[in-house]
Amino acid sequence: MTAPTMTPYRSDAPPGRDGFAQLVRAEWTKFRTVRGWLIGTLIAALVTMGLGWFAGVGGSSSCSTGNGPARSGRSCAPTFTQGPGGEPVTDNFYFVRQPLAGNGSITVRVTSLTGQLPIMNNHLGNPNQQEQFRPGLQPWAKAGLIIKDGTAQGSAYAAIMVTGDHGVRFQSDYTQDTPGLPGAVSAASPRWLRLTRSGDTITGYDSADGTHWTQVGSARLNGLPKVAEAGLFATSPIYQSFTENFGGGSSGSEEPSTATGVFDQVGLSGSWPAGAWTGSYVGSGDYSPGIGSYRQSQGRFTVTGSGDIAPVVSGPSGPGGPVITIANLLIGTFAGLIALIVVATLFITAEYRRGLIRTTLAASPRRGRVLAAKAVVIGSASFVTGLVAAAGAVAVGEQIARSRQFIFPVSWATELRIVVGTAALIAVVAVLALAAGAMVRRSAAGVTLVIAIVVLPYFLAIIAALPDSVADWIVRLTPAAAFAVQQAVPAYPQVEAIYSPAGGYYPLPPWAGLLVLCGWAALALTAAIWLLRRRDA
Amino acid sequence: MRMPAALHAEWTKLRTVAGPAWLLAAVVTLTAAVSALTVQANRCPAGAVCAVDTTRLSLTGVQIGQAVVAVLAVLVISNEYSTGMIRVTLAAMPRRAVVLAAKAAVLSSLVLAAGVLAVAGSLLAGRLILPGHGFTPAHGFALLSPATPSVLRAAAGSVLYLALIALLSLGTATIVRDSAVAVGIVLGLLYLFPIVANVVGNASWHRHLEQIGPMTAGLAIQATTGLRSLPISPWAGLGVLAAWAAGALLVGGLLLRLRDA
Repeated sequence: MTAPTMTPYRSDAPPGRDGFAQLVRAEWTKFRTVRGWLIGTLIAALVTMGLGWFAGVGGSSSCSTGNGPARSGRSCAPTFTQGPGGEPVTDNFYFVRQPLAGNGSITVRVTSLTGQLPIMNNHLGNPNQQEQFRPGLQPWAKAGLIIKDGTAQGSAYAAIMVTGDHGVRFQSDYTQDTPGLPGAVSAASPRWLRLTRSGDTITGYDSADGTHWTQVGSARLNGLPKVAEAGLFATSPIYQSFTENFGGGSSGSEEPSTATGVFDQVGLSGSWPAGAWTGSYVGSGDYSPGIGSYRQSQGRFTVTGSGDIAPVVSGPSGPGGPVITIANLLIGTFAGLIALIVVATLFITAEYRRGLIRTTLAASPRRGRVLAAKAVVIGSASFVTGLVAAAGAVAVGEQIARSRQFIFPVSWATELRIVVGTAALIAVVAVLALAAGAMVRRSAAGVTLVIAIVVLPYFLAIIAALPDSVADWIVRLTPAAAFAVQQAVPAYPQVEAIYSPAGGYYPLPPWAGLLVLCGWAALALTAAIWLLRRRDA
Repeated sequence: MRMPAALHAEWTKLRTVAGPAWLLAAVVTLTAAVSALTVQANRCPAGAVCAVDTTRLSLTGVQIGQAVVAVLAVLVISNEYSTGMIRVTLAAMPRRAVVLAAKAAVLSSLVLAAGVLAVAGSLLAGRLILPGHGFTPAHGFALLSPATPSVLRAAAGSVLYLALIALLSLGTATIVRDSAVAVGIVLGLLYLFPIVANVVGNASWHRHLEQIGPMTAGLAIQATTGLRSLPISPWAGLGVLAAWAAGALLVGGLLLRLRDA
């Protein structure tokens, strides 16, 4: 007798799918069906944009200069000379020049660079008092050789020079700066400088003895006319004195300084049709000190000048008045962040509060994947929200601000980096908030924790009474480092200025700052997954 | 049920869970620690002119400690909503205004007590550290002492400030009933005003923002020098914060009466 065989029951229904995509879909359904979270996300976008537009309006400021009628808005903003790249620049110096037709070169020996600094009166003395000077040299006082596309303000140039504290430098078109021989110049250790034109390319050389030459740098000046102006120059930046007001920025006063360079052994090659030197001050506008002179005797030139050939910087040591960068239009990021931190924390803590987490984990027992799916959903939703909000704040804010304030121009690549970077910042902070929520399982604690490590460091670094060196470390190490991605204008080492987080300058490069935040988020997410696996829900 | 019983009930609730005690301890230590670190980070080199309000500098920790006060105050009411305890509370004490008043009274007494310790710790840190960093009497900086009227005002005002922050947070949490949302709103209200004011170029808008912000106005009470350059006078500033707190409590109290729990 044979035992009857029985086929075990098999359901005809197709097996349920439990892939990661299903999990993401489930989490997305949770996210989109809670009305409060959608409202929170919407508020984040609206507040970010609204505050950006508010910063764009900047207030109907009025100002009056001298005896003129009171003006307001944009007309208060200083007017700037535009460099070849469209950036605001100063182009003020004393120029001893002759035309150089076609290719050629100029060589010179510099035996001395001295200067005068103003005596600053910090105690609110009479503003009309006579300027008084004391001997002293600005670190970026400059004297040397320059080849320039005419004497028009903001025209292209390349120059090799000795400086007060920074040795020999080759600079071109305001923003470029390459170091040469270090050390100060004196009669005992003079510097030989040479500038050569070949087509559109200008090359600078330096030498400590006049026989062994080293190329310092070269620059291509597009569209340099056949006849360019070339010769000797001297200039010295405005002297600024700052008093730091603890707990609220700094106030400063500024006066011109001068630099005097002594040149000899001038050697020319190529075609110099004029055959004689003319000296004149190049510069105009509100920021031009207009001080300069030159003397020539027995092949020895003494050139004195004041001003700078450099980009204008933003921030506390930059020009006053309604001047902003597009980072200012993104100030609403903080408000948006707080709203999204609340939503992202609730995305997990609400499950604990309602007990839904037990259903979730019963349906998908692989707990790490649950949290990963949540991170994908909240990260993507926040990224899209952040992208819309940042793009709206910048695009519309710029239109609003254009007629009222001066905005530092930035390239479209920088603008794209700032907008996309802000969206990424918001997304990563949302993931961090999710991880924090999963770790502490309590909404209030999670929200406070994340605001405390993201927004408070920024607040401490920028508003509170911390010295700049401490502020710099705060925005290097904490998640607030990510705000570096919003830095709109670069810090120029060749311009002495206050480059502090409060002025919009961060110690880390943009993407490196965002990476610091990503590190924090990755660490938190790993810890959260570990805890979720280890603990009972 | 009368007020003393309500107070006793609220006191028992706060006393018998671990959270509030920890948070109060955190208020004291965080405030004093941040103050001490800030003082430690500042120096006035010999011969330099330092425009520093040493009292205000020593009380910097209040700007961070207030975040913990906000959390504590929010949890006092929102924990009841998240656990459903609020229904028991309101069944036992049907006069809802009394419930909120009792909560406000117990909470502000506790925060006042913690605030006294936090502010005393901060000023002590300033008194001990500042002279070693160039802020000496010879340099024009008197030793911090509560006997100086302006220092006393800053110290007492900072304690009141923390209590008012607690009341503002309690009111906000009563309005929104969710701890995460309430904490987000309160911290946003506190920290966004100074951050936004920082980028508004226009001087008068900047000033107005600082005059209406609960934190920027309220902390004017800490100033002992340069009173004329403040956006708002010390006591008026604390008044602005008191108005925020009263408004939040009033709306919260009304909603508590009108809504189902």
